[in-house]
Amino acid sequence: MRKFTELKGLVAPLDRANVDTDMIIPKQFLKSIKRTGFGKNLFDELRYLDEGKPDQSCEGRPLNEDFVLNQTRYQGSSVLIARQNFGCGSSREHAPWALDDYGFRSVIAPSFADIFFNNCFKNGLLPIVLTEEQVDQLFNEVEATEGYELDINLDAQTVTTPSGESFSFEVDAFRKHCLLNGLDDIGVTLESEEKIKEYEARRRQETPWLFDAIQGA
Amino acid sequence: MTNKTLYDKLWDAHVVAERDDGSSLIYIDRQLLHEVTSPQAFEGLRIADRKPWRIDANLATPDHNVPTTERSSGVQGIEDPVSRIQVQTLDDNCDEFGIVEFKMLDERQGIVHVVGPEQGATLPGMTVVCGDSHTSTHGAFGALAHGIGTSEVEHVLATQTLVQKKMKNMLVRVNGKVAPGITGKDIILAIIGEIGTAGGTGYAIEFAGEAISDLSMEGRMTMCNMAIEAGARAGMIAVDQTTIDYVKGRTYAPKGEMWDRAVEAWADLHSDEGAHFDKVVELDGPSIEPQVTWGTSPEMVLPVSHNVPNPANATDSVEKEGITRALEYMGLEADQAITDIQLDRVFIGSCTNSRIEDLRAAAEVVKGRQVASTLKQALVVPGSGLVKAQAEEEGLDKIFTEAGLEWREPGCSMCLAMNADKLGQGEHCASTSNRNFEGRQGFGGRTHLVSPAMAAAAAIAGKFVDVREFVSA
Repeated sequence: MRKFTELKGLVAPLDRANVDTDMIIPKQFLKSIKRTGFGKNLFDELRYLDEGKPDQSCEGRPLNEDFVLNQTRYQGSSVLIARQNFGCGSSREHAPWALDDYGFRSVIAPSFADIFFNNCFKNGLLPIVLTEEQVDQLFNEVEATEGYELDINLDAQTVTTPSGESFSFEVDAFRKHCLLNGLDDIGVTLESEEKIKEYEARRRQETPWLFDAIQGA
Repeated sequence: MTNKTLYDKLWDAHVVAERDDGSSLIYIDRQLLHEVTSPQAFEGLRIADRKPWRIDANLATPDHNVPTTERSSGVQGIEDPVSRIQVQTLDDNCDEFGIVEFKMLDERQGIVHVVGPEQGATLPGMTVVCGDSHTSTHGAFGALAHGIGTSEVEHVLATQTLVQKKMKNMLVRVNGKVAPGITGKDIILAIIGEIGTAGGTGYAIEFAGEAISDLSMEGRMTMCNMAIEAGARAGMIAVDQTTIDYVKGRTYAPKGEMWDRAVEAWADLHSDEGAHFDKVVELDGPSIEPQVTWGTSPEMVLPVSHNVPNPANATDSVEKEGITRALEYMGLEADQAITDIQLDRVFIGSCTNSRIEDLRAAAEVVKGRQVASTLKQALVVPGSGLVKAQAEEEGLDKIFTEAGLEWREPGCSMCLAMNADKLGQGEHCASTSNRNFEGRQGFGGRTHLVSPAMAAAAAIAGKFVDVREFVSA
């Protein structure tokens, strides 16, 4: 996994609550068996005026000029700010894959849906929870200032505005450790291989009906 | 000994190891796999040269992409090449790793969340995961079940565990009996209307109360299925005789002496008297009416007798903006009666409502009647091949087709429109599925979530009606 340590990036404001994962990456693009290539279809239904199809080039498709990511001033942004309950709905990891593939490295919102929040950490994407007031302030500043950038420091757990104002955020110690070091979760878990085996042996004694029922031909 | 909630008990029984930061390694008893969220996980195993930890913990079936029309030529008959590759990839991966899969032409194929319980692959006291948010369905069996992302699918395949933080406990109690004609779908929609789509975020919800214990397993699965639409990854219901009667005799359920041991163990799968819940929500069962969603989020729901909201009455600017945007997308006027919404299509199916009881309820309403001539299509998609066979044995397919509804092959179908079944732009659909998000059922499509009986009545009337008045009329 790619490390996340510090990021100074252009901010794009998506002024919506309850942004669901169908919106982030519509279902027709979930048919891919790869992890990459979803960026061009990020927010497809908001971004383009026509219906997107998988395996289609997006060049020449009619753009929704009103959509924030189509505005010149937000090109190249790597931090997305949004309203409450970001990432609700489907568990599709294609949502963080699409955000990542587009170029986002961090999403800031007052709250996130659980599964999406969790999926971000598996992909080197940092979801940050700030208060409603802080997010409101960021929206106001971003919209008022072209080229608005935020400085995100994971080690210090801070988001710093261009004026030097700093907001701190919470992050689980283990998730932080994995992100800072780009660690593969599976590798870390397999360090506990013996413990898993011990647990499993005990469960086989206590609840044998949970084992071996499903057998191939 | 402290008093524990059902969730506390399930959690404690599955902790393999605890970490200093408060996260734990949790053992996973069952993983269900389908074609959309598994290919990258299998690819990950191959790249790292890892093998599945425990083959017999997994069960796979393709559901999201499969066509629901004639499909006797199997995978090769899937017209959309991208869908075909995805289903073929699941077949190939299961073959390569030795995982049991009900392939497209197997009668046991169907929607994972219908197939697992139907086969007895979902049992009380289990931890159940799947790369699908509606995995919460399986909590109806007194199991800890939730959706996971693809990286976690790979993690479970490779280690049989997940790194988790314990959620908080929420109790939703529905007191008293619901009125005749009110289903699990109406109850869960009413709950989501009450607590909102983020009301359960960070919680495991236990549903309890007389209205819940009165429900069949099908009704309970519908409720737990939509716990995620209230933001809760896991929903659950205590084990009782209804649970045990449902599980008994199913293919993968324990048999003989093992069955007796299991039933004895399952007797503890309920919250103890006086157990602590971080949040308690109570609803009055008798006052729940048939529910219809009017907007683009499941919390935008009202009783069928009401009018859609007016943004002028919103309490804050975010809510006002949300209502305005939803009305615009849905093509509705503020204060319009829900019963005035004209429908274009009806969809009866999905992991929420495609089980035999759902189909029986819908058939009862349409029997001897005709689908409104203004409707373009009314689809009935059974949840599995076995549900389909059962329905046909009972003659439900004939009732549907004689009334003018289409009888299809099992799959996820128009719930998320990954196959050929989808809404056209601007079309209104009465749907028994779980999400009314923008574009969910097709680009520009407008979804209204309802119970199977309400969808059936809407198919006949061409618009929403209170199914209770409709049946007695």
